[in-house]
Amino acid sequence: MTARNAIFALIPALMAAPVAAQSDSEVTEFTLDNGMQVLVREDHRAPVVVSQVWYRVGSSYEGRGNTGLSHLFEHMMFKGTEAYPEGEFSEIISREGGRLNAFTGRDFSAYFEIMAADRLPIALELEADRMANLQIDSEALATEREVVLEERRLRTEDRPEGRFGERYAAIANPGTGYAHPIIGWADDVAGLTVDDLEGWYQQWYTPSNATLVVAGDVEPEAVHALAREYFGDIPGREVPAVHDPENLDPPGERRLVYRDGQARVPQLRMGYEVPSFATADNSRDPYALLMLATILDGGDGARLSETLVRGSGVAAAAGAGYNPMVRLDGEFSLFGVPADGDVAAVEQALREEIRRLQRQPVSEEELERARSQLLADHLFELDSVFYQAMQLGMLETTGAGWETLDAFEQNVRALSAEDLQAAARRYLRPDMLTVGVMQPAEREDEA
Amino acid sequence: MRRLIPAILLTFFSGVGGAMEADIQEWETESGSRVLFVERHELPIIDIRLAFDAGSARDDGQAGLARMTSNLLLEGTSDRNAGEIAREFERYGARASTDSGRDTGQVSVRALSEAERLDPVIDNMADVIAHADFPGHAVDRVRQQMLLGLQQAESSASSLAEKAFARAIYGDHPYASPPGGTLESVEAIDRQAVVDFHQRYYTASNATISIVGDLDRARAEEIAERLSAALPEGQPPASLPEVELPEAPQTVRIPFEAGQTHVIIGQPSVRQGSDAYYPLYLGNHILGGGGLTSILAERMREERGLSYSSSSRITSGARRGRFQMSTQVRNDALGEALGVMRDSLDELRDEGPSAERLDASKRNITGGFPLQLDSNRDLLGYVTSIGFHDLPHDYLQRFVDRIDSLGGDDVRSALQAHLDPARSVTVLVGPEATINGVE
Repeated sequence: MTARNAIFALIPALMAAPVAAQSDSEVTEFTLDNGMQVLVREDHRAPVVVSQVWYRVGSSYEGRGNTGLSHLFEHMMFKGTEAYPEGEFSEIISREGGRLNAFTGRDFSAYFEIMAADRLPIALELEADRMANLQIDSEALATEREVVLEERRLRTEDRPEGRFGERYAAIANPGTGYAHPIIGWADDVAGLTVDDLEGWYQQWYTPSNATLVVAGDVEPEAVHALAREYFGDIPGREVPAVHDPENLDPPGERRLVYRDGQARVPQLRMGYEVPSFATADNSRDPYALLMLATILDGGDGARLSETLVRGSGVAAAAGAGYNPMVRLDGEFSLFGVPADGDVAAVEQALREEIRRLQRQPVSEEELERARSQLLADHLFELDSVFYQAMQLGMLETTGAGWETLDAFEQNVRALSAEDLQAAARRYLRPDMLTVGVMQPAEREDEA
Repeated sequence: MRRLIPAILLTFFSGVGGAMEADIQEWETESGSRVLFVERHELPIIDIRLAFDAGSARDDGQAGLARMTSNLLLEGTSDRNAGEIAREFERYGARASTDSGRDTGQVSVRALSEAERLDPVIDNMADVIAHADFPGHAVDRVRQQMLLGLQQAESSASSLAEKAFARAIYGDHPYASPPGGTLESVEAIDRQAVVDFHQRYYTASNATISIVGDLDRARAEEIAERLSAALPEGQPPASLPEVELPEAPQTVRIPFEAGQTHVIIGQPSVRQGSDAYYPLYLGNHILGGGGLTSILAERMREERGLSYSSSSRITSGARRGRFQMSTQVRNDALGEALGVMRDSLDELRDEGPSAERLDASKRNITGGFPLQLDSNRDLLGYVTSIGFHDLPHDYLQRFVDRIDSLGGDDVRSALQAHLDPARSVTVLVGPEATINGVE
């Protein structure tokens, strides 16, 4: 683990986020008296435990003026309490053979430890302590603000892809909390105060807004007892109601043409605003969108590689993806890198692939192949204890609920070629589309 | 004021489920491939990896050749094209991929263990590795993809720094060759070069086959035999030359307009199997390999807010790997950051670690032992490495025991013997005025 506070945007938003563990997944749920939720996923393959505390707060809860607050706060969670001053949390976990880190997403802030299974109480005691007793002082804030600004330079400001991605998100999510970067705009980060951080802590860091996810070589009842022991006495506060803006519907087609002085290769991104697990009126629609992304880009044998990369050869790379584990509406994404600089040709080819999905049902062979891939990937995910815990945390904090896992296989199997065609017609519409092009600055003539 | 955390207090953690001990079985196929197998039945999945001594160290003057060969392996046989091959894996939910680094070229497959799904996947894999045909149009396409990737990498400070560092520390050694090649070298690679490379290095006697997952020994033998028989027998290639150490300290400056300067400081380390690796590994863990509690993270990040990420790492390969400290700092703090990094290394090398740091790092490494092999994927990487580098089957346990036996003096002597400041290379990637303004 080279760095803590990995920002969640790094999970490639353009890859079809495969979902869920197999349907016989064993998850045990408890709720403590103070409202804290506890989820336990047993996996006894190795004597290891993953412990994650998830809070339902992330960058989408912020607005202009305080963007980056969730993420900066996550950094401050390592600054110590009276019982365990700065540095001790990490030292104790390290000395016990563990690893720790934290990450902030648009919909959540999460803190984790990975340890030998018998060390779980240590992780829980430390997490409970900083849930209730964090100390935030101005000196530590001043140092950490610099760290975050360096992180911003590293991830975004000094990279063409970072600069492009930030601009793209701003127009692809008009008026919602997904429009600004998770790490925040630099001027907002520069202006955040101790009071802002204290307020965020008071508002969101309380048992009733938290989910403890424990996965690995543990027994559910034992985890329940430990959770009660360490978190049970922390008083639950009421969490303010969240008023999320409705998306403009439909927002109309938008286009970003961004020229970057350092970019060498043009890039294309296209995104349709679509429902997520949490926002879908019809609970099967997200699965149809997952299948559509798999039809297009489930692997090298799928349509985009076949048609754009190997067939016409117009793209050197092309892909599609959809992540249904978000709190607001999600994005059905396409991207392409032109083989010889012709972005317009790649855009045309991608649009044609969308029209093809709308025009005619996919073949039985394609449907079955996509199904096999989704279900196999979903099984392969069980190999990672950490990812199993992540899925539970993401499903809970985005409002879908961990039970979504159990319905995965059944929902994937139930979809017909006609269902996919109907979903493509309903959701992959121009008036829901954002097109983003990054051009090297010296190629202005080709815009 | 610190409360004591009760170390181990839970009797109800019954320790169910065995430790994921890597019970490795090993044999050789008829045609001379080494096979390592770990039987694990908890999940209905199987991982197979063929690792060939076919990394960029074998490029022989054509930088990027090993990578291009690897990128083309699944792109066609005499009677099937890339799409058909891919769909034949995908139909059964299998994931096939290739990969290449400095030492190895690898082909990996992850599949469901159910026989009706596994059999066709093995058939497909055997056919592809036996009859890879490198169609001309695929060679042209993959070459173009690699060239675009190289162009894109020119706008990445971290990629520029990494390439310059490898070039500087490895000098004339084959490890200096960038695995992805250069714009000039990749442009010049033709199909015949790829065909020849494949014939020379993708052979049975040059392959390590690793199998992990839900199958028994008899089935694993059958699969290994099948894959191995699909390859020409061939000859193992000659050993790589030794890495010569840089003769003098050197600073490489690469101008790049950005708010931060990227820094790498380091030199060649030791090869796999060297006794010095253990104390160097421990020293590196204390310095910058141990995450947030290491010296570099504390001094650069926690105390001074100079960077988001400051760390060090040590690797070892068939020949000398590398030791490197890395960071990225805002341009006006470059001088300060270089001072902190160099002083931290000098101090550790001259004085050795404090008793507390030594103990804390040893405890992290030995206590974290179970975390190393907690998935089939980790196990696969582990056994591949054991097979390829000819390590004992209980390498990890021995590693932990060796670390546990080390004292501060061992660390200091190893750092003094192997991290000589007179051979240190510094790479700076940042605005011209910034990188020219520091030593």
